Amino acid sequence: MSAVEEEQIDDQDIDSSDINPQEQVDTEQYLTFIMADEEYGVDILAVQEIRGWESATPVPNSPAHIKGVINLRGTIVPIMDLRQRFGLPAIEYGDETVVVVLKVKLGRAQRVMGIIVDAISDVYDVPAEQVKSTGLGDNVNARFIRGLVSVNKGMVILLELEKLLTLED
Amino acid sequence: MAKILAVDDSASMRQMVSFTLKGAGHDVVEASDGTEALEIAKKHEVDLVLSDVNMPKMNGIELVKNLRQLPTYKFTPILMLTTESAGDKKMEGKSAGATGWIVKPFNPDQLLSTIKKVLG
Amino acid sequence: MSIDLSQFHQVFFEESYEGLDTMESGLLAMDIGQPDSEVINDIFRAAHSIKGGSGTFGFSQVADFTHVVETLLDEVRSGDRAITQTSLDLLLSSVDCIRGLLEQLQAGDDPDLSQAKSLKAEFEAVLAGQEPSGATQSTESDSASSTSESVETAGDQSAPPPSQDNVGEGNGNEGNGNEGDGNEGDGGGSHGWKIYFCPEAELLQSGNEPTRMFRQLSELCDGQFFVKAVTNKLPTVSAMNPEYCYLAWHIELRSAVDRADVDEVFEWVVDSAEIIIEPLALASTSTDPIASQPASETASEPSSTQPSVQANTPAAAIEPSKASANETSEESAKEPSKETAKANKSTAQESSSIRVSIDKVDSLINMVGELVITQSMLGQLGRDFDISRVQRLQEGLAQLEHNTRELQESVMKIRMMPISFVFSRFPRLVRDVSRTLSKKIELVMAGENTELDKTVMEKIGDPLVHLIRNSIDHGIEKPDVRASKGKPETGKVHLNAYHQSGNIVIEIKDDGAGLNTEKILQKAKQKGLVPEDAQLSKEQIFDLIFHAGFSTADQVSDLSGRGVGMDVVRSNIAALNGSIEVTSETDKGTRFVIRLPLTLAILDGQLVRVGEQIFIFPLVSIVESIQSDDQAINNVGGYSDVLKLRDEYVPILQLSKAFNIPTTQKNLQDQIICVVEADGEKSGVVVDELLGQQQVVIKSLEENYRKVEGISGATILGDGTVALIIDISGLAKMSGVSLKHLDSAHKAA
Repeated sequence: MSAVEEEQIDDQDIDSSDINPQEQVDTEQYLTFIMADEEYGVDILAVQEIRGWESATPVPNSPAHIKGVINLRGTIVPIMDLRQRFGLPAIEYGDETVVVVLKVKLGRAQRVMGIIVDAISDVYDVPAEQVKSTGLGDNVNARFIRGLVSVNKGMVILLELEKLLTLED
Repeated sequence: MAKILAVDDSASMRQMVSFTLKGAGHDVVEASDGTEALEIAKKHEVDLVLSDVNMPKMNGIELVKNLRQLPTYKFTPILMLTTESAGDKKMEGKSAGATGWIVKPFNPDQLLSTIKKVLG
Repeated sequence: MSIDLSQFHQVFFEESYEGLDTMESGLLAMDIGQPDSEVINDIFRAAHSIKGGSGTFGFSQVADFTHVVETLLDEVRSGDRAITQTSLDLLLSSVDCIRGLLEQLQAGDDPDLSQAKSLKAEFEAVLAGQEPSGATQSTESDSASSTSESVETAGDQSAPPPSQDNVGEGNGNEGNGNEGDGNEGDGGGSHGWKIYFCPEAELLQSGNEPTRMFRQLSELCDGQFFVKAVTNKLPTVSAMNPEYCYLAWHIELRSAVDRADVDEVFEWVVDSAEIIIEPLALASTSTDPIASQPASETASEPSSTQPSVQANTPAAAIEPSKASANETSEESAKEPSKETAKANKSTAQESSSIRVSIDKVDSLINMVGELVITQSMLGQLGRDFDISRVQRLQEGLAQLEHNTRELQESVMKIRMMPISFVFSRFPRLVRDVSRTLSKKIELVMAGENTELDKTVMEKIGDPLVHLIRNSIDHGIEKPDVRASKGKPETGKVHLNAYHQSGNIVIEIKDDGAGLNTEKILQKAKQKGLVPEDAQLSKEQIFDLIFHAGFSTADQVSDLSGRGVGMDVVRSNIAALNGSIEVTSETDKGTRFVIRLPLTLAILDGQLVRVGEQIFIFPLVSIVESIQSDDQAINNVGGYSDVLKLRDEYVPILQLSKAFNIPTTQKNLQDQIICVVEADGEKSGVVVDELLGQQQVVIKSLEENYRKVEGISGATILGDGTVALIIDISGLAKMSGVSLKHLDSAHKAA
């Protein structure tokens, strides 16, 4: 009996989504993390894994925000300090410090890179229409930002990974 | 479906033939010359042999002669894949014991329609 | 069913290039007086395969041209034509031409057919008998007739898509049936066909089976198919051979069927059967025609019918059946194959592949098998481990190490190919170049089967070409000069490859004039490469030819002076982590020795420490390592420090400075200096400590990061951390250390 009811409810859901176009709008999932009390989000499909901070091998003559390269199961992966990239004050790396390993398509190639953040926060579903532009036209960091979205009471800054990972200084 | 032995020293031809036959549901074993084909034919009993004529080590004509010596292959259909449109080359294969021939170049569909002639 | 033929293009191109190489080397080795029939067969077969494949895969231009090449080769093969210098040259040019066509097609371009056209005309002239054949019995008319036939067929093949007719080309006219009115018969066929089919007894032994033919006929006429066996030839049971066919058949197809389709069914048996095909008269369809056959044929000796029918499978028992399978194949058969060929031009290129012998794959599979066993053994050990089993653990780990090493070696071997892939082009090169220069040169090759990494192979080709051209051009003297020196007129160039202690060594040796030390030194001084008063050893002078800017202008000829100097040769080899050295003796000859790593994936490395970091130097670039001491180091002219190494001055660079690494060491003294060599220039690199030497697997740093000056790649050390591999040449460049600076410094001092 209850199974039948559930089916009916399912049917209704499908029907309503057919009728109501708003339900069909793309939602994207974002993994968010904290840095200097701000919450940032990255497209969860780009997240390959999350790992604890371990020391990296420095690469000579690299920008300061590139902390070096690590061995990720046989692949050489650069690690970027996101605070330094954004010009935020540096902090000591601690137990909470995590590296989010991102895999992004850049043109025809794929690039894997780790970013160091303070701590992981949450995963949100964000409907595309709710993403607002930053209004930070000339801010240097604006090019790394896809948009802003309010979740619960706070504001999440969504990152444009393709730009972030191209390594332009 | 049928089990077919495809013999050609050209890898691309072999692949094309094999791919076509497999696509039609047949089981295909490949060999790149007559010697190899003979070995395979002894191990697997195949229902049809498709063989190129010009091959190193043992050519297609020799292969047919050798196959016909084997009791298992006395009546098995053997088709020569030949570029010779001239009659005497075809006949050379026939007198060696080949069932028939397919003239190169052929396309996959021609191949399939031809082998239908000899598959029970 | 439609199959995309373009998926086979890559394989076709690869095997065709191989075939062309076979043709080329065979032609070059050809002794015109006594051609080796095996070699001619190989050449013929290669041309034949290219023709067949290009026809099949829609490259009719190539098939068309290759056809005339094949025709000529076939005549040579069958002894109807002697090979001459003219035809040999023509064949060699055609190899180039076909290769060109294929390369253009592979690149997706429309091929330029002008060369093919003119060569084809030449072939046709030769085939038409302009160059009379050597064999006596082959008359003019013979070769002429074969030519006209070949032209015809060639024309046929240039017609775009191979049509269905091609398969069933054999026509009934060849048969011994008396059907003089065969053409008119088409009209008569509107009512159907009456067929008498009487095969030879041995028919079954060619794999032809009347039953199947009847089924085909039945499908053709949509079941309006009637057959009656003629049994009058049946012997008595005792005389009967069960493998023979004693029956004949009267067949009627009672619907409109193309005569060609009927002929096609009998295509393969026209010569081994009596076949009479006649249009079916309207009248005879009205009654049962089969029954009207003379009764004696059907009814005689019924007792023997049984066994014979069994032996033959009961052909007469075939029921007219509805055929469905035929429709599908006919529909799709009409699909033009040219369209597929065109649509996929762009996709065929790009991917490069290697062919791996089954042996190598099998050995890999074996090793993986062993590895799995070791793994499961260790896994079991791990599940209930106690200290008493430490011994077994150690054994297991040793076995794992053994397995891993073997596996690594085998995987590397997959990329290994015999160096003959590069060597094979040299006979042609030597032949062509020595002709141009009117020199007599014999190329002697050895070690063609020595294997090396595919990537290394691809990159070593050009430097080798340069060195060999160099030997021919500058090394070997003209015949008269050689004679005056008391040397044989024919000079020799030896090309040899072999393995030596984990490297592949390639030697290019000639018995020519040797390097002129005086001239080289003079040139070097003139160019400011060495100081005027320099006293250099013979080796040092030889070494000068590898320096950038040492292109001796008066030596530049059409051949070697093509903008590539020995400096490029050396840097190309250095880029492969290899080295080159030269020895020479006046009038005895010159010998270049190239040493290359077997693979680019693994490097013999020297681990060094700078500050807290570990770097890897390619072992091959390290000349020596020394403990620095006060006396040897000078600071010159405000430039950099220089190290006096015996009678040489070597610029010093500090890795900690170049790479901005904090280091505890302050003084140059008490430090280790690695004297390294890149692009023919030495420099001393200061490091804090020399650690061990080990083989390292080279990983790309660029893949996820970017190119870093002075670094060629990265590797993973035993503890899992990353270490960077130094690019010696890049390091020297970024530090601005070079012999030129040294010279000016030297002069200043």
